[in-house]
Amino acid sequence: MLDEAASLPAPAASAAPATRAADASGPGLDAELAGLDALDALGTRIGTRVPWPRRAWRATWPKLIAVGLILVIWEGAVRAHWKPFILQTPRTVAAQLGELLRTAVFWNEAWNTAQRALVGYALAVVIGTAVGTAVARIPMLRAGIGSLITGMQTMPSVLWFPLAYMVFGDSSSAIVLMMVLGAAPAVANGVISGIDQVPPLLVRAGRVLGARGWSLQRRVVLPAAVPTVLGGLKQAWAFAWHALMAGEFLIQVGGQVGLGGRADNALTQGYYATLVALMIVIVVIGIVVDMGFGRLDRAVRRRFGLLDTSRG
Amino acid sequence: MSLPEPVPSRVPPTDRPSRTPAPGVHLDGVGRRFGSGDTGVNALADISLTVAPGEFVCLVGASGCGKSTLLALVAGLDRPTVGTVEAGDGPVSMLFQEPALFPWLTVAANVELPLRLRGVGAVERRAVAADLLERVRLGGSGHKRPHELSGGMRQRVALARALAQDAGLLLMDEPFGALDAITRDLLHDELEQLWAERGFTVLFVTHNVREAARLGDRIVLLTSRPGRVAASYPVTLGRPRRIDSPEIADLAATVTDQLRSEVRRHAR
Repeated sequence: MLDEAASLPAPAASAAPATRAADASGPGLDAELAGLDALDALGTRIGTRVPWPRRAWRATWPKLIAVGLILVIWEGAVRAHWKPFILQTPRTVAAQLGELLRTAVFWNEAWNTAQRALVGYALAVVIGTAVGTAVARIPMLRAGIGSLITGMQTMPSVLWFPLAYMVFGDSSSAIVLMMVLGAAPAVANGVISGIDQVPPLLVRAGRVLGARGWSLQRRVVLPAAVPTVLGGLKQAWAFAWHALMAGEFLIQVGGQVGLGGRADNALTQGYYATLVALMIVIVVIGIVVDMGFGRLDRAVRRRFGLLDTSRG
Repeated sequence: MSLPEPVPSRVPPTDRPSRTPAPGVHLDGVGRRFGSGDTGVNALADISLTVAPGEFVCLVGASGCGKSTLLALVAGLDRPTVGTVEAGDGPVSMLFQEPALFPWLTVAANVELPLRLRGVGAVERRAVAADLLERVRLGGSGHKRPHELSGGMRQRVALARALAQDAGLLLMDEPFGALDAITRDLLHDELEQLWAERGFTVLFVTHNVREAARLGDRIVLLTSRPGRVAASYPVTLGRPRRIDSPEIADLAATVTDQLRSEVRRHAR
């Protein structure tokens, strides 16, 4: 076999035929690769970009119709005298909402709520990320508390109230504890599945490039997990917000009433229009935050190339 | 076996800029067994192979010849069950069939990553990455994301990233296997030029016998299950070569015949 290979007319080959013509060397290759790159690039630029006013209108009009429909049904229910004295007309509630937004007390309460939201959510994210990373990396921990985390996630946040109340009493800390217990498991689960789903090839590539231990986690594994982790963060926000509203509703912190506490007051004092106005405020906050997460999610997906950019 | 006169195949070492010296690779009686007892599998058995510093060796074999296992051993990602593997003390860089670029980093940041991991400062990092991208003719693409590039461009970024490690030994695991033929031929030229400039040692795994004849100083044919060295063919054709030249075709035919007879042994 070896003799066959060696008996090839090698010396002759080195002269003309196997050697490329001079024009195909350096600058030739330059032009060829540049040409191929240009041809390849064509495909990525195709796609029509819709001007933003039209895009905004497309996204808005179905929402307007939905809101209109709700108002019609609501007004209809009031006129049919369903639950008289309790159910107010949309007009009354709108007036009450306008009134509410003009009072300093309301903005003070909203500020109390926002502070708790930030503190509680940030704590849940920090704790959930630490626990999630540890559980994903240490098999014994996963076997021990992996299913506990999932179990905690299915627990309705209201049920954390007795525990939080026993520990911290009537205080902001109790509300924040409810939020952390409700939201941290969702963060942890997002981190765990994010790390589990990191393509092994990327981890291998990171190792080959010289990343070991913590640098491998920080430079490769955690960034690669980001799109999935973000899903967990979004879900955790929903849990944290539920827990916050329930906590404020149930726990009256002296001098530091939040939106949930105001809703409780409105209910006990029979200000039904104020109650509905507050519910509208809470729903709008939920929608705005969700839109924020949606934008973040799209930005990350675009960066990772997981989004069809031609529809951008 | 009478070898024809050796043909000077690339730039002499003195013309190269000073870099990490290219190490040789020595495998001596290497075996790798996965699992234990009756269910265990011998991926590699009794592999002895010497690659000279700066040599370009292509490993060819059918499925199950343990090529990837062999590369993992040389890269130090895995240890042999028996035998010894020596591949110098310096860093080893590796290219896979997929470019394995990090999608959250720009093209330039991908190339910078091995430098960052070595603790190189930001200014120098940027300069080196820009040079390397220029070198693989992607100077204008540093700000892009990997997904915005074609397959061939991505593999060139991966090549630049591997070069940023400044390793004397480059391991390549079917790096052009997923590319179209036109792009692949151009990347052969590109790789050959880089190798001639920098003089690193290359261990190149491929299924494609012509590709091996196009690129290698030597073709090593591996058997399958377990992987052993079946034959070794020196490639004495001058460089640069053309993959469609009759000499490459002749050599490829010889190697393919032997490869097929190896494959036939497994028909039962």
